[in-house]
Amino acid sequence: MSTQLAQAETTTPAHAEGVSVPLPHTDAQVNTPLHGGEESLFPPFDIDAFPSHIFWLAIAFGILFYFVNRLVVPKVGGILEDRRDRIASDLGEANRLSRETDEVIAAYEAELATARQKAYGIAQERRDEIKAEQARQQAETEATLNARIADAEAEIVARRDAALADVNQIATEATRAIVDRLTGIQVTEADVAEAVRQSEATRA
Amino acid sequence: MATAEGGGLDPIHQFEVKPLIDINVGGVDLSFTNVSLFMLVATALTLALMLLPTNKRALVPGRWQNVAELAYEFSGNMLRSSAGAGGMRFFPLVFSLFMFILVANMLGMFPYFYTITSQLIVTFSLAMIVMLTVVIAGLRMHGLSFFKVFVPSGVPGYIIPLVSAIEVISFLSRPISLSVRLFANMLAGHIMLKVFAAFVVSMSAFGAIGVLGAILPLGMTLAITALEFLVAALQAYVFAVLTCIYLNDAVHPHH
Repeated sequence: MSTQLAQAETTTPAHAEGVSVPLPHTDAQVNTPLHGGEESLFPPFDIDAFPSHIFWLAIAFGILFYFVNRLVVPKVGGILEDRRDRIASDLGEANRLSRETDEVIAAYEAELATARQKAYGIAQERRDEIKAEQARQQAETEATLNARIADAEAEIVARRDAALADVNQIATEATRAIVDRLTGIQVTEADVAEAVRQSEATRA
Repeated sequence: MATAEGGGLDPIHQFEVKPLIDINVGGVDLSFTNVSLFMLVATALTLALMLLPTNKRALVPGRWQNVAELAYEFSGNMLRSSAGAGGMRFFPLVFSLFMFILVANMLGMFPYFYTITSQLIVTFSLAMIVMLTVVIAGLRMHGLSFFKVFVPSGVPGYIIPLVSAIEVISFLSRPISLSVRLFANMLAGHIMLKVFAAFVVSMSAFGAIGVLGAILPLGMTLAITALEFLVAALQAYVFAVLTCIYLNDAVHPHH
């Protein structure tokens, strides 16, 4: 396209009337301007030099445009595209990984919650079991203790009765002995026992 | 003034066109001049800047590849923001223009180098490339409805002739304003630079006091050199931005 345009331009300065004057663009030319009059021709307005400028600009800019179009844009554009893609894919990958991590964390937390629940259940079960065992043992112990207390009590009662019986016996014998010594009367054992029983009854 | 030793002080001397190889085709002088040489240098430098550092196609760009990519994306964004996605087909043209003018302007900042954008015909030709592209692409893409670009919508019927006349005139003056802006900026800047620099030289000829007095123009030369670097970049940018805006007319002729 640029070459087309360049051609269009090279034709435009045709109105720069018949530039057939061969151009000696030397220092001397500055001293002796073509258009006479002034002392020197201002180079940017030197129409005679225009065809050369346009021609070489067309070549230089044409080369630049051609290679920019053919090489620079695909190359640099490709690099930037690659980088954009790379960043996008890296970001996508990072997102995916972060989502995965979230999932894993959620799973871990759920697992942890069920485990905790299970542990609590087990602990509770254990606690109940122990409590029941304890209650059972306590009941057992209490039962045996009660039994032993009852036995002991029975024995105490028996012993006391025996002791009391002995006391009565001793009292009876002592009474007989006392009566015998004081009075010399031989009292029958049965009478003494009766008397002791009576006195005991009154004491009670 | 234009004598051998006076040539150095003449601010116009730097714009002198010197033929290096005489070429004459059918009575038309197509000599290879210093101007032509620097056109080719600008082309070669631009291509070297864009192609050499990008050979590695590095994912993480190095310094020079970054420069190439920055230039590329800068022009791309400029065109996309002005002419939309439909304007991106003109990217090679806009990029070539921008880089060519930028490199040419920057080359002109070197002493003894020729500033090709200080030649009116060069900037005018570049402007004509833009305008012809606008017209040809506009006609090809939109047919005759391209001429709606001269009829702004929402204008009452009775002032359409007036508005259209103004639009036509403004359209026709675009290549002139586009080319003269760049040409005049470069020309004036370089003349100013040379004038102040010449002061330094001519004042130094007056002995010690002259040398002291030359400090002021020397500082000015320094400041103007910095300014000229700014102008060189800015004018390339302005040319490219206006190109994008004009190309927008070709892509979207309905205002």
